[in-house]
Amino acid sequence: MSIWPEERVLAPGAAEFDSVDMTINIGPQHPATHGVFRMVLTVDGEVVVDCEPYIGYLHRGLEKLTENNDYRQAMGYWDRTDYLAGMACEVPYCMAVERIAGIEVPERAEYIRVIMAELSRINSHFMFAGAFGADVGSFGTSFIYAWRERERIYDLFEEVAGDRMFPTYIRIGGVAMDLPDNFEQRCRWVLGSIRQGIEDLDGLLTGNEIFVERCRNLSPLTSERAIALGVTGPLLRATGLQWDLRKAEPYGIYDRMKFDIPWRADLQGDIFDRFWMRLAEMYQSARIIEQCLDEMPKSGLVLNPDLPKTLRIDKGECYFRYEGTKGEYGVYAYARGGNKPYRMKLRSPSFCNLSALREMVVGNYIADAIIILGSLDIVLGEVDK
Amino acid sequence: MTPFLASGAIFGIWNWTDAIIRILIIVLVMTVVVVYLTYGERKVIARFQQRLGPTRTGPAGLLQGLADALKLVAKEDLRPATADRWVFEFAPYATFIPVLMVLVVLPFAEDWGVRNLALGMFFVFAVLGLNIVGMLMAGLGSGNKFALLGGIRAAAQMISYEIPLVLSLLSVAMIARTLDLNAIAAGQSFTPESGQHAPYVVLQPLAFLIFFTAMLSELHRAPFDIPVAESEIVGGYFVEYSGIRWSMFQLTEYASMWAWSVFGSVVFLGGWAVPDTHTWAGPDWAWQLGITLIKSLAWIIAIMWIRVTVPRLRIDQLMSFCWKVLLPLALAQLLANGFILEYDGPDILLTLTSALGAVALLALIIFRAVKRPKSKLVGTYRQVQVSTP
Repeated sequence: MSIWPEERVLAPGAAEFDSVDMTINIGPQHPATHGVFRMVLTVDGEVVVDCEPYIGYLHRGLEKLTENNDYRQAMGYWDRTDYLAGMACEVPYCMAVERIAGIEVPERAEYIRVIMAELSRINSHFMFAGAFGADVGSFGTSFIYAWRERERIYDLFEEVAGDRMFPTYIRIGGVAMDLPDNFEQRCRWVLGSIRQGIEDLDGLLTGNEIFVERCRNLSPLTSERAIALGVTGPLLRATGLQWDLRKAEPYGIYDRMKFDIPWRADLQGDIFDRFWMRLAEMYQSARIIEQCLDEMPKSGLVLNPDLPKTLRIDKGECYFRYEGTKGEYGVYAYARGGNKPYRMKLRSPSFCNLSALREMVVGNYIADAIIILGSLDIVLGEVDK
Repeated sequence: MTPFLASGAIFGIWNWTDAIIRILIIVLVMTVVVVYLTYGERKVIARFQQRLGPTRTGPAGLLQGLADALKLVAKEDLRPATADRWVFEFAPYATFIPVLMVLVVLPFAEDWGVRNLALGMFFVFAVLGLNIVGMLMAGLGSGNKFALLGGIRAAAQMISYEIPLVLSLLSVAMIARTLDLNAIAAGQSFTPESGQHAPYVVLQPLAFLIFFTAMLSELHRAPFDIPVAESEIVGGYFVEYSGIRWSMFQLTEYASMWAWSVFGSVVFLGGWAVPDTHTWAGPDWAWQLGITLIKSLAWIIAIMWIRVTVPRLRIDQLMSFCWKVLLPLALAQLLANGFILEYDGPDILLTLTSALGAVALLALIIFRAVKRPKSKLVGTYRQVQVSTP
């Protein structure tokens, strides 16, 4: 059963013209759904009058799996939530567990975590920019441009952790192993290449008249409405609200970092602003990584040596929120003794951002529905958990 | 100027044998051209995207097109249970045959074509317009909603863009005072002699721009690939086709790209004319064939270049661009041409009025981009303000 929007735009003379609305099923196998997302669009010609999203095709029971595994064993499942930024998902999980267990993290490990998380953020935003360009229709050129930089970041991850997409590198109490010898030099080189990649994407997409024409003023979102819908992350910042958990509730060593929340006077939360915001954030992430490389202790422990073999937490409860790549990545951890958490809940940003989809899509064209979905930058691993 | 393949019978004693032999040659050449156009497109696009493209099949991947063709022929020819059988099965032919028919009149060199019709230009766009029927048939007969949307989109788009296309060609025909493609090509020379004009791209830059834009739309190439939008309706009207029938749609796409390129270079770039007057060694027809080929290849590469660079328009933007921008400009040019030709104005007046229109078209687009708030333009995020949360 579908809910019909009250204000339907009728074409002149449509009252006496008997037309039938059509439903089209987009997904779960569709090039523009970024995974196994399905939405049923009810269309009146080319205009979408209703949209029903269906999720759950990638449900793997992350929370239950975590509750049935040792604190350290469960790590691997958290990589696979936001699989475009695996490192940035391990960090909040570990930080939540550290918070309830009261575990200290060596300073060098804190820096490494920030570097990895910000590299993951860049990685994820590149994926967004590339895939979004493909959604708007630029025959994969933006995709390949973005992919070049992503490959380099993945190569770096491979050198550091031994795996590219799901590194499982962060550990409770630090990170798994120290950085390779030439890491700093390599990382600076990758940063330079990332900056070049952003410039390339900028020249290809932001400078394109058709791109701007397609994205400007499309589905604008006010800050109030965004908060009401639970939209966070770049989408919220694109509405003009300067809300970034790295600034608002600094965790780890973010209070030492100098970076800006990108902002313009005329942000209105439309598709173009969302794209702009993510490109701008990539620059800020690169800035943070450079500071980390400068300030990082050159040697030292990367894993807390005082940890027991099996981590047991007698009692503890916390809700830890982390500025993930897609928004507020909240981990609720509740321990009641034993080596497993009693409850582990993920407030995934993609899931909450996706709830704004219907409101944005209704009234727009089918082609716009696709790019609105693209601009939300959902990752189905995170939506379906 | 000795016509090697003049319009009379050459290959056989009877006219009809001659025509059949020529058609056979055209079809064979076209198949090879299409196979290598797909290969060429993959290579060109790969270079634009910092890739290599096909490299494994044969030297430099040259056999890739052949391998693809073999694979497609061997694939199962599926028909959905909900499809309208005959409509579904005949749709590829209805799309493909018009393109083949266009090749009948295209002059690849002086008098080098299957037949030289007095109404050649009219024939080209009349027959290519029939494509729509096949696309609609595919869209309606597939029993698939994506295909239906694609078919309807294709029909709307092609019918709309046919109007500025025809008007831009009419303004050329007015100057040439003929619809015969051979005569149109012969009337253009880079060194205007008596009774000859400069190439029509010089005389009618606006018509050229309109023609090129409308042609991209007729071909469903980016930025007008709305009927086949991969990321929206996953291929549009041919989404349900597989194997040989799918490859006929593909064949149509590339063959019509080639046909339009040859047609465009004959009408606007002077076909086999070059800015050089001395006679070269070797047969004339070979040189002419080569020059037409080079011009049409440049045309095709421009199309590919646009395809990899620009995103796709939305359907309403597409329509408003056609009806509100291209059509008035094409009509204005037709009017200006009429006045100038009626009062025997010099060629330079034609160039000036048309160039004015072309500048107006470009200025319109640039003005739209510039009047936008400055902070929305390129690269502004590099100077973001320092935040104080």
